[in-house]
Amino acid sequence: MRVPLSWLGEYVDLAPGTTPEDVHAALVSVGLEEEDIHRIAVSGPIVVGEVLEFVGEEQTNGKTINWCQVRVAPDGELAADGGPAVHGIICGAHNFAVGDKVVVTLPGASLPGPFPIAARKTYGHVSDGMIASARELGLGDEHDGILLLKNLGIDAPVGTDAIPLLGLDDSAVEINVTPDRGYAFSIRGVAREYSHATGVAFRDPALALTVVAPVTRFPVTIDDQAPIRDRIGSTVFVTRVVRGVDPTRPTPAWMIARLGLVGIRSISLVVDVTNYVMFELGQPLHGYDLDKLAGGIIVRRATAGEKFTTLDAVSRTLNVEDLLITDESGPIGLAGVMGGASTEITSTTVNVLVEAANFDPVSIARSARRHKLPSEASKRFERGVDPRVAAVAAARVVQLLVDLAGGVADDLGSVYDVAPAPEPILLPTGFVSGLIGLAYTGDEVRDALVQIGTSLVEADGDLQVTPPSWRPDLTDKWTLAEEVARIVGYDRIPSVLPVAPPGRGLTRTQTLRRTVAQTLAATGHTEVLTYPFVSEAANNLFGVAVAPAAASVVTVPAGEADADAGVTDAGAASALAGSVSVPVSVPQMKVANPLDGEAPFLRTTMLPGLLQIAHRNRSRGLVDLAIYEQGLVFRPEPGVTYGTPVLPAGGERPSAEVEAVLFAGIVPQPLLVGFVLVGNDVRHQPNQPAVAAGWQSALAAVQQVALATGVRIEVRQGLHPAMHPGRTAELFVTVPGAATAAASTVSVGFAGELLPTVADDYDLPAVVAVAEINLGLVFGQSDGDLTVTPIGTMPAATQDLSLVVAASVPAAALRSAVAEGAGGLLESIVLVDDYRGAGVEPGHKSLTFALRFRGEERTLTAAEASAARLAGVALAADRFGATLRE
Amino acid sequence: MISNAAVNAAVDAALAAIAEAVTTAALKLVRSEHAGESSPLSKLNALMRSVPGNQKAAAGKLVGQARGAVTKALTAREDEIGTAEAAARLLAETVDVTAAASAWKAGARHPTSLLMERAADVFVAMGWEVAEGPELESEWFNFDGLNFDEDHPARAMQDTFFVEPTDAHLVLRTQTSPVQLRALLSRELPVYVVAPGRVFRTDELDATHTPVFHQIEGIAIDKGLTMANLRGTLDHFVQALFGPEAKVRLRPNYFPFTEPSAELDVWHPTFKDGARWIEWGGCGMVHANVLRSAGIDPEVYSGFAFGVGVERAVMFRNDVKDMHDMVEGDIRFSQQFGMNL
Repeated sequence: MRVPLSWLGEYVDLAPGTTPEDVHAALVSVGLEEEDIHRIAVSGPIVVGEVLEFVGEEQTNGKTINWCQVRVAPDGELAADGGPAVHGIICGAHNFAVGDKVVVTLPGASLPGPFPIAARKTYGHVSDGMIASARELGLGDEHDGILLLKNLGIDAPVGTDAIPLLGLDDSAVEINVTPDRGYAFSIRGVAREYSHATGVAFRDPALALTVVAPVTRFPVTIDDQAPIRDRIGSTVFVTRVVRGVDPTRPTPAWMIARLGLVGIRSISLVVDVTNYVMFELGQPLHGYDLDKLAGGIIVRRATAGEKFTTLDAVSRTLNVEDLLITDESGPIGLAGVMGGASTEITSTTVNVLVEAANFDPVSIARSARRHKLPSEASKRFERGVDPRVAAVAAARVVQLLVDLAGGVADDLGSVYDVAPAPEPILLPTGFVSGLIGLAYTGDEVRDALVQIGTSLVEADGDLQVTPPSWRPDLTDKWTLAEEVARIVGYDRIPSVLPVAPPGRGLTRTQTLRRTVAQTLAATGHTEVLTYPFVSEAANNLFGVAVAPAAASVVTVPAGEADADAGVTDAGAASALAGSVSVPVSVPQMKVANPLDGEAPFLRTTMLPGLLQIAHRNRSRGLVDLAIYEQGLVFRPEPGVTYGTPVLPAGGERPSAEVEAVLFAGIVPQPLLVGFVLVGNDVRHQPNQPAVAAGWQSALAAVQQVALATGVRIEVRQGLHPAMHPGRTAELFVTVPGAATAAASTVSVGFAGELLPTVADDYDLPAVVAVAEINLGLVFGQSDGDLTVTPIGTMPAATQDLSLVVAASVPAAALRSAVAEGAGGLLESIVLVDDYRGAGVEPGHKSLTFALRFRGEERTLTAAEASAARLAGVALAADRFGATLRE
Repeated sequence: MISNAAVNAAVDAALAAIAEAVTTAALKLVRSEHAGESSPLSKLNALMRSVPGNQKAAAGKLVGQARGAVTKALTAREDEIGTAEAAARLLAETVDVTAAASAWKAGARHPTSLLMERAADVFVAMGWEVAEGPELESEWFNFDGLNFDEDHPARAMQDTFFVEPTDAHLVLRTQTSPVQLRALLSRELPVYVVAPGRVFRTDELDATHTPVFHQIEGIAIDKGLTMANLRGTLDHFVQALFGPEAKVRLRPNYFPFTEPSAELDVWHPTFKDGARWIEWGGCGMVHANVLRSAGIDPEVYSGFAFGVGVERAVMFRNDVKDMHDMVEGDIRFSQQFGMNL
């Protein structure tokens, strides 16, 4: 809402020199937030001039231009630009005569555009200024000729400063009006608030008018057969008639200037007047050409499929909820939203029917939204218009049409008013002080409530508070408490820190989430936060489960190997091709109104967003990256319908059943951590060769998560359609107490290297290490009830062990076998070498482990340690055919 | 013949040789030559057998003292040379400490996460607990239960992301306020919780807006809580987060879920562009209808709630000039913060 200061000043006294900033500061203190300041972009010298003589000079292009002598200062005085009292000015317009008073912009002036005025040579003369049109001055669209002051009813002496004369010196403050304060969409309402903020007296323009009831009844029928939410579509409908309006009368400059400042273009005097009164009093108004109306007015709901052509010449198909103004010809207005073309005020309209009605906020809001026609009128109706101001506003329009347009007030009209009177609200003594925490005196409470327009009745010491007609937002004692606090001032509210009951600190999950985040950052990973919007294809590629690889060696079924390929890894290649080309569709949620049409789905995986960020960093020259993100993903279960078709009403607790349905309707949103590592883990430095990031970097990150959470994450060979078929790990955690062995391990994610083709799709180098872990599942195994193993203090016996096994045997499996076989004396087993080559049979590898044995109560003998070691070897031999490499 | 002269000569020769030796190896040679079995002093000592009995004591003393002096000089010189050689060895190991290779990458947290953790810590220290909720949320928790009537203009103003099918009434939460309701429905009263989290609005990314951002929500419901308690909590919060000079200002405003409602401005002398009031969030006394939505009697309980923007706080606290830096994931941004805010 924009408020011209000159207009505001009509209803409150603004101290001389009051600036827009002062007004903003005052209004902010009562809750009308500042938005902007608007000024008319005109600066002087701009003066009243009189045309003394002019000579028409025909040009070679056939046009005639006028060389004018214009008096711009009284005889014997200098002009406002310091020049002579008579200026020679070139003018292309022909709508003036000698003796006409015009507006002259002198050199140094500036018009909206900005359009600076200077003396310039043109058509063989020096044109020492410009005679302005209305449009050039920012006063509407009139540009057929220059502005003649007589047409505005103005006769001012030559040399008068035209800027204040035409209202061009005004400025407007723009404020943000919250949805509960519809009355502040009027100068009347803002002036009232300004009065609250500053204490200056408020002169209510609504009280300044005498409302004369119409004598002859214009037929109006409110026939709402389908009220929305039990509220009748129109509770007030006032009509008044003005006859004999002169359609050629111009809108006065001051009105055009004010309308321009509030953001409304001048259209015609009648339309301008209805707009002006809407801003003045907050009542939307509509003018009909009375001669085009067929019979009386009926307000009703639209019928299914009914059509209506609005003022903007668009034919609209109506909804049965739309409220219509109709006459015998059919619809003539979409109530509170937009009028119709058939009864529109035009340049020939002489008899006007003015409508000032009050429509149901919900009905208007739905129609405006349905037809995408937000208007100044609908904005006001949606927030609630003072039902008592309709008749006043109609009278004000009549008054202005009589005064400005030469019309005659007719006694034809109608007053329909079934708007209910506001209900009184009981405000118990002490309630406001108790809620706000400030001991208001009884006078402070009463004064504040009276100031905002309520009427008070004392009842057993409590107050019965009846809100004013313009405050539909005042509905209970809490709303009254806000008004008291607001009027007395929020700055008076003291600061008292409440004491909460003892808390339990962060939950285990919350602590673990932080520990993981801190650990990853401390070990060289950089946290990023990505948008969760991805393409369906990205979810389908990354968001699928890992398939177990039976072994790292892929066997090729007989007869299926492509003989022509003739390479040993043909099997792996075809397995790879198969895993990628299988069309998979991951259940996922689609945003109905995405910002980016390319990425309308909610992520089921962290990786697409991280890969984009990796690419962005690399494109900025940051080539070595280890980034991670912890966040939620959206994973609907296949075949499950989420959400609820009907929502319970607010303001009461839903039943247990309904509440359960609400909770059950939420899509599972597990917490994940994802990683992308690319470039070097360690860059080349003095005495430090570069260490490239790869599958091992991804597993190292996984290990950091395991260490941070204290949960063992088991690594197994796996297959994933987006991942390198030989460099992918599936990650598991062990669930204690599971019913079956299969259920005792749960897959929690994967780690490894991307398929080079996938990396290429993201414009990343061939080797990109990634990992993704479902932290919810990992945290679930971190129950914090660890039982500590006693620390043995006897001397340790260390031995190395080299075993030869088939290359396909996972090191982890071999390690487990040795550990299991060696038994309780084995304290630690670490893989220290993987050797293949001379001395080891082809297709085999030699794995070396460092073993540490320790006795619980005494020093182990070498023989005891060796026996345990050999027991480990025996089990490894049994399971995997491992042989000792001596 | 053990004479004074002979002994002195041997001692002098030995001491001179010892003084001349500058390396451990040279000293070893000197020890052998002047204190070894074939050294002049050893030879003189061997003559003791032939010294007459009445002179034995004097001669023995003479030779013994001489050998003692040489041994002492040798030991002293050995220490000297050892120390010097050790020092030289260390000196030779000198490196350029400014050229150390690092096997560690620089990691970092995102300041948005750090600020949320820090804010949570302030409240946890007061006995509050941290609550959470889903990002894809039922409209009931995001709107209806929070006193947003289905036709209320405020609901249309929210710029909400809906998911398909829209009649399932699931939205990306536009605020962390739904966590208020979840906390009230699932916890015993009194409730004092804070809920940091990610929220969504259909704003295009520009210098000051992002469609995905973070808020910190707080709600306290107890008997007798007042707006003064709200101010007290906010005062403590901003001072803990921004420093003891930070100040809070409340301005009247409107939110469907609070009544009275206030805009929350914060002031600090070191904010970007100098000491000034910055609009940070909304707050107020929890609306009676929100309490009723959670089955709480507003005549018995009252409480307050607030919500503030995390990115905005990082921007004015750390002088971040462009929202793009907050959301683009450029590692140089987070790495300025490292592990701490």
